[in-house]
This record gives sequence, C-alpha cells and structure tokens, in this order.
Amino acid sequence: MLAKTETATFLDELFDQGLLIETGVDGLYGRSGLFEAIGDGFQNLVTRYGGADDPEVVRFPPAMSRQVFEKSGYMKSFPQLAGTVHCFCGNPADHVSLLQTIEQGGDWTDGQKASEIVLTPAACYPLYPTAAKRGTLPAEGRLFDLMSYCFRHEPSKDPARQQFFRMREFVRMGTPDQVTEFRAAWLERGQAMIGELGLPFMVDVANDPFFGRAGKMLAVNQRDQRLKFELLIAIESEEKPTACLSFNYHQDHFGKTFGLTTAGDEVAHTACVGFGHERVILALLKHYGTNVKRWPASVRQSLGL
Amino acid sequence: MNIQIREIIARAVELPGGVGDLVDTSDLYEAGMTSFGSVQLMLALEEAFDVEFPERMLNRRLFSSIATIRAALEELRSESVGG
Repeated sequence: MLAKTETATFLDELFDQGLLIETGVDGLYGRSGLFEAIGDGFQNLVTRYGGADDPEVVRFPPAMSRQVFEKSGYMKSFPQLAGTVHCFCGNPADHVSLLQTIEQGGDWTDGQKASEIVLTPAACYPLYPTAAKRGTLPAEGRLFDLMSYCFRHEPSKDPARQQFFRMREFVRMGTPDQVTEFRAAWLERGQAMIGELGLPFMVDVANDPFFGRAGKMLAVNQRDQRLKFELLIAIESEEKPTACLSFNYHQDHFGKTFGLTTAGDEVAHTACVGFGHERVILALLKHYGTNVKRWPASVRQSLGL
Repeated sequence: MNIQIREIIARAVELPGGVGDLVDTSDLYEAGMTSFGSVQLMLALEEAFDVEFPERMLNRRLFSSIATIRAALEELRSESVGG
C-alpha cells in the first residue's frame, strides 16, 4: 500500500486521467483516444515541416528479419535492449509437457525457439537492405519517411522511457555532403518546430546507450565526432531532460554494412532525424497539463486540436 | 614495446592497407580503423599487457597511434609501480 505521504508521479497522473493504460508491465501501456489525437496532431506538424522535401513514405511492421538484424551489428552495441520473437515449434507430446509446465508454474519458455523475426529497435533498421536492393543511389540520393513502433527492453516507471514506443524518422542516403546538409537543416527545423509548440528545449551533443566498458569507448568516440545531437525537453526531471528529437550522422556504417553505393560509386553515407512520438506528446502534457482544452490556442491550432 | 603494440594492431584491427606502412605516429583512424576497431584494439591491449584502461583514458585520441598507445601504457605502468 502506498504511504499517504508518497506523492503521485506524472505516470500516476497519466493513468488517473486515462491517457495511458496500465498493463501490469512497466513501460508497456495502452493509449487513449485523446493521447492518440495529440499524437496525430504532432505527426501532421512533422509532415508540414518535412513534406516539402518530398520524401518517399515507407511503413514497416514493428518487427524485422533476424538475418538483417544480425547483419546490422545491433548486438555489438546494444545487446541489453534487443527483443527477439520466440515461438513454440514442438510436436503434440511437447505441447502436453508445455501445458503441464504452465499448470505447475514452471518455466514453460525453456522450449521456445527463436523465430526468424526480431522486434524493430529503431524505425530505420529494416530500410537499409530494402534501399540497397534497388541498386546504386540516384545522383540526388534518397530520402525516406518512416514510422514504426519500436521495442527496447528497458523497464522503467518513467513514462518517457517505454518499452514499446513509436518513432517517426526521415532518413537521408547519399554523399557525405548531402547527408550532413540534411542533418544541419533538420537541426534548425526541429528547433523551429518545437518552438512553434512553445515548449522549452535545449540542443546538445549526445551518445547512444552503448553496452558495457567497450560501450564507454564507443560513446566517447560518438561524442568526439559529434555524430549525434538531441533536442531535449524536461518531462520526468528538470535536471535530466528527455531526448525528444535526435539528429544522427551514421557516416558510412549502414552504407558499408548493407552495400549502399552512391551514383559516384562510393560507399553511401546516411543520416536520420528521429522524432520520439510518445515523448513529444508527454512533453506537451507535462508542460501544458492534462486538460487539453486549457492549452494555449496557438498550440491547439498547430496540432489541429 | 612498439613492436608488440604493432603486432596487436595487426591482429585486432582490420586495416585496408595492413600495418606494414605504419610509422609510430601514423593516425590509425586515417588508416581505416573504425570505432569498433578501436574497441577491439583496447580490449586486446588490456589482455596482452594485463592492464585496465581507466575511464578517463577511454577516448578517441589515446588509441590513435602506436606512440599515443605506448605513452598511455607507460603511464599506467608507472602508476602501478608507484603504488
């Protein structure tokens, strides 16, 4: 039982208002119609800022080929976050023993076999082999618009750190100049967009949560080379604001890994801008409160609410 | 020591041109060492010299040449001798 002095958290408030729906697992929540409506408004805003570039829209399910996942090198960097899909592949006798184990409260997952599917860790992962299959990039490179639920195994009471969350992404493929120009443009645009919503933010150089001691080295490398920037907004904490947008230059990592080549027959470089769908919704709810009717008229207009 | 470091680089890091043309001050990143290559090099050096690089040493510059690696290893050794 909660002590009476314990203060309600932002997550409690979101549950109480019915904006998020508990499932019994930290970081795995349902969303209400209002939550989704705010999100739709945000997605339309992103399209308004990025649509003029005429990106090619592609949508994948929140899962990808295990073979592509292995090739991507994700397990080198983030083994702690990955989620794999396992299935029962036994015979009728195995089924009987499975049911008995469940009945007895034992570990029935022991016999589950890894399927050919893993959960998508970032919206752009399934894209690279698909793009490479089309052959050499045209001279102007390519630009894609993606959105997907993504999975990262990091149970938390912070509503801004969910295990299943949506990520909208624009991914640019081309020469180093083309992709760094794209990222620089979005660093400006992203700030203008969040500025339009009136949310206080800051932009900072950042690193991914690489695993282990070797990961420290990768993180330092990434920061030294200024490969990742984040636009941060205070949600769960003022001291540790949450990354709501990120601007990433992958150099030739994906180009090399998946055999993407430019019109000049060089290894293609890639960059992406990612929008944390739930995080921006939560930033709005935190900043303006859960009663959307009381939000500033200009913000409601920007979001079509 | 430089010869030993060179051998470890040859073993741990895939460089397009190999280690034959490297001088002690050659930039390993310019020679094609990736971020993952530098991590593999760090782990191989720790094993071979029985040391652990402290967090303050885990940076890009330290692993950028045979000379910088040697300087770091010598610093670690003098620290452990000094107790």
